[in-house]
Amino acid sequence: MTPANADRKSVDGEPVNREDGDRNCADLECRGLVRRFGDTAAVDHISLTIPPGQFFSILGPSGCGKTTLLRMLAGFEQPDSGDIYIRDQRMNEVPPNRRPVNMVFQHLALFPTMTVAENIAYGLRRQGVKTAERQQRIKQVLAQVGLPELSDRNPHQLSGGQRQRVALARCLVLEPTLLLLDEPLGALDLKLREQMKIELKHLQKTFGTTFVYITHDQSEALVMSDQVAVMRQGRFDQLASPEELYHNPATPFVASFVGDNNRLPGRVTSVQNGIAAITLANGQSVQGRAAEPGVAAGAAVDLFVRPESMSVKQDHPQQSLTRLSATVSTTLFDGANSRLEMRVGDQTLYARLPQDGRLGAYSAGSVAELSWDPRRAPVFLSGTG
Amino acid sequence: MNPVAHRLSLWLLLAPFLLWMLLLVIVPHLQMLWVSFHVRESWDSSVWGVAQYQTFFSESYYWRTFVRTGVMSLFTTLLTLIVAFPVAWYIARLARGRSKGLLFAACLIPFWASELVRTYGWMILLRESGLISTWLQFVGLTDAPVEMLYNDIAVMTGLVYNGLLFMVVPLVTTLDGLDESLVEAGYDLGGNSWTVLQQIVIPWTMPGITSGCIVVFMLTLGSYLTPVLMGGKDSAWFTEQIFTQFITRFNWEQGAALGVLLLVLSSALVWLGLRLSGQSFRRVMG
Ligand SMILES: Nc1ncnc2c1ncn2[C@@H]1O[C@H](COP(=O)(O)OP(=O)(O)O)[C@@H](O)[C@H]1O
Ligand SMILES: [Mg+2]
Repeated sequence: MTPANADRKSVDGEPVNREDGDRNCADLECRGLVRRFGDTAAVDHISLTIPPGQFFSILGPSGCGKTTLLRMLAGFEQPDSGDIYIRDQRMNEVPPNRRPVNMVFQHLALFPTMTVAENIAYGLRRQGVKTAERQQRIKQVLAQVGLPELSDRNPHQLSGGQRQRVALARCLVLEPTLLLLDEPLGALDLKLREQMKIELKHLQKTFGTTFVYITHDQSEALVMSDQVAVMRQGRFDQLASPEELYHNPATPFVASFVGDNNRLPGRVTSVQNGIAAITLANGQSVQGRAAEPGVAAGAAVDLFVRPESMSVKQDHPQQSLTRLSATVSTTLFDGANSRLEMRVGDQTLYARLPQDGRLGAYSAGSVAELSWDPRRAPVFLSGTG
Repeated sequence: MNPVAHRLSLWLLLAPFLLWMLLLVIVPHLQMLWVSFHVRESWDSSVWGVAQYQTFFSESYYWRTFVRTGVMSLFTTLLTLIVAFPVAWYIARLARGRSKGLLFAACLIPFWASELVRTYGWMILLRESGLISTWLQFVGLTDAPVEMLYNDIAVMTGLVYNGLLFMVVPLVTTLDGLDESLVEAGYDLGGNSWTVLQQIVIPWTMPGITSGCIVVFMLTLGSYLTPVLMGGKDSAWFTEQIFTQFITRFNWEQGAALGVLLLVLSSALVWLGLRLSGQSFRRVMG
């Protein structure tokens, strides 16, 4: 599973500012990147292609090798094998300060001995930009990130969100081909993170710079990205658009890591037209879409069904829907995100509640009738990850 | 605890320190200042006057040695900084675990021996019949013994060696706190090694550099054994003259005046250094 060529059709964000007409030249291309620490490969044969102007995310649990991959792109780590091309230029031997790449560090790494303006000026000075133009560009980029008044502050006098913006401005003012971001929102509180997510996406569209964004937060990846690569143990499990990832996960890992999901283990009794009939541990029979070639009669499998894909207690379910009875444990009220906790055998199951506020209708111990479209419930062989 | 008891305990805790300051620092200096303005008339009477200070300025030997000592001390401090910085960088940022402790110990161990022994060590190496001279002859680089002692370079070598630890410690402490990602960001934004050092590392290390320089400068300016033992006829140190006045000539008034001048010189230079480097004493020492 090495999706070397990202699906170009799903690139919906047309870059705004970029003038070069060469659409065929990818901003970043990696071929078979490997980086080992001792015996374990932190990055294990990663290949990817990112067209210009894309917001590309790498999503994976902590320790899966995201930072190592990003640091290879920035030039701080050398790959053990494989090649990195930026706009068709081979980058392997190019030192970090010569790459057309800038990085927003995990803890931002703003220079504490410099003011905001000096932080931004640092890179421009290195490029030899003259004083007048430099000041003009600093002013402009600060306005673009929404911090026009703060150029003389020191970084420690700024709030978390403001520091974030300065770190972005410091890189974007240099007009890099590629901007690398290493979990930049990790240090922010929840509310600010939600706000910065949207802002980052807008900034990326205005600047038109290609972003490579790494995160362990699936919601960040889904909200902001044009393409997401789900990474696990140094490899990409799937590389697709957020919608595709969400609705058609390629592996059980993706199914459980991206978004909420219920997992129901069982055994296949038959497969017809790609729809597998499964007997659960407690004897009930349900249906799902066979997502792997190996899903055949007799196989031990896991069925994944999302809380919002299930409808609860519909009186007349359509013929095409599969049904399951579950015992209500409790209701979890959370506004628009209210859920019902249920049990089927020894499995716990969650379903999104309908938005009509009838929470009281499901008391603990009552039976809820669940139904879902089998095509929206992928079935994977159990034990494949 | 009520406020009175709190105040009392604070004073009790401070008392030894204040006593020490008073008895060992303030009283001797005031005494010295007082003595320095006395001019001896006969063996048991004296009057107020500035004759000692006049002597200092009129005798070129005095103020020349004074200036020489100041300049050499500044130069020694700079040299110590240049030698100590890479050492501190290695200890703080490259060495890991055990080797870090070992390197630190290696810097510390020479200070278990007294200054006298350390200086004697240098003399064994550098004198005419010393190790280096013998070795040079053995290898065939020279025919006759080489005298490397009794000149300014020898003095400076000894002084840099004496000051090294006091420079390395504050540098290691500040460099330890420098986040690796700041250095990487410096490169990432297009800087080379020189700009990263000059724009990011040195500004960050400035408090450590300043405090190390102050300590080494003071130590060097006030050192006695090394310049006396390793210096030549022409490399007199100002402390030697103070010693001569007090002990050899028994001219306490002149000795006191020279002592006051040394104190003024060191304070003035430290103040100037702080101003020039844009640091405040509180930030450096706090
Ligand atoms: N410098 C290093 N030396 C040894 N092992 C490392 C080093 N950097 C990372 N690793 C290991 O590589 C793996 C991936 O790390 P990392 O890329 O930081 O993951 P992530 O950013 O996804 O959390 C981890 O198991 C980590 O322990
Ligand atoms: Mg990481």
